[in-house]
Amino acid sequence: MPLHDEHKKRASRNYTLAAILGGLVVLFFIITLVKLGGI
Amino acid sequence: MDITSNNQDISEYYLPSAGDYFSLLKPRVMSLVIFTAFIGLLVAPGEIHPVIGFTAILCIAVAAGAAGCLNMWYEADVDAKMVRTANRPIPAGRIDAQSALHFGVALSTASVLIMGLTVNVVSALLLAFTILFYVVVYTMWLKRRTAQNIVIGGASGAFPPMVAWAAVTGDVSMESAVLFAIIFMWTPPHFWALSLFACKDYANAGIPMLPVVSGEKATKKQIMLYTVLMVPITLLPWYFGFAGIIYGATAALLGGMFIWLSYALLNDKYSVEENDSSAKKVFFFSIFYLFALFAVMGIENLIGRVL
Repeated sequence: MPLHDEHKKRASRNYTLAAILGGLVVLFFIITLVKLGGI
Repeated sequence: MDITSNNQDISEYYLPSAGDYFSLLKPRVMSLVIFTAFIGLLVAPGEIHPVIGFTAILCIAVAAGAAGCLNMWYEADVDAKMVRTANRPIPAGRIDAQSALHFGVALSTASVLIMGLTVNVVSALLLAFTILFYVVVYTMWLKRRTAQNIVIGGASGAFPPMVAWAAVTGDVSMESAVLFAIIFMWTPPHFWALSLFACKDYANAGIPMLPVVSGEKATKKQIMLYTVLMVPITLLPWYFGFAGIIYGATAALLGGMFIWLSYALLNDKYSVEENDSSAKKVFFFSIFYLFALFAVMGIENLIGRVL
């Protein structure tokens, strides 16, 4: 696999992982607010 | 350190993309699981906060994906022999089996833990049972041993609406068992119709699907039998009162069509090898059938809540 493609694929994987982790942080924050009766 | 040579070494390996990992989750199966679970969540009596409801559906979806991933890990040798599955990430060499195993175990654990911590313990236990049932009972134990694999194994696909129901009510009830029974009885005719026209594939892979073991005629009879048994069960939601008359009429009408198509398949003068159109009709109609039944149940419930 050409190095350029590999870097692109690696970056895409990292962005996906970051989006999933970021989404989980937001979700857990909202769930905490819900459980505490804030929303 | 010679960075160039290091990179050349790395570039000899295929780097799995995020899409490769996503396809390990069997997205098409997952979409049906999400849909039936969502309807279970909708028709269950009681209230659930939308955020908790979303979390429950997310956990069910991830658990279904994780179970699919573990199935692909265990089945990689068989998948490589079948045209339908040869391009899956593990047999195609895009992801190594060990990574798939780690990915599946991590997602299974996370989905059950999050379900237990944020929704309730009953739904989390049911979810864990569903994953174990699909991976251990169906994939590891039954699939390669008996022609009845899909009958028992199909239960794992029937659990999601029951899990979603438990997410709302915190328990297992007669109504949620009815939703389970509908999908449980629907699974054999659905998969046997598929296995009729994919018979050679299953035979090559050495999987004892019913048409491989007992032949075409016996499979068609079993499809007919299960369809006839399934239709009265689909009327139970209306009988028990958690679905309305529109659902009842739809279930009766579509059930009649399903029986008619199964009967046409049973009496088809051509074998599936000569002409597979009647088997394909049953297969594709079965997908529409389940989708339509649950969609009408959900829509009618929503209308009832608004009015």
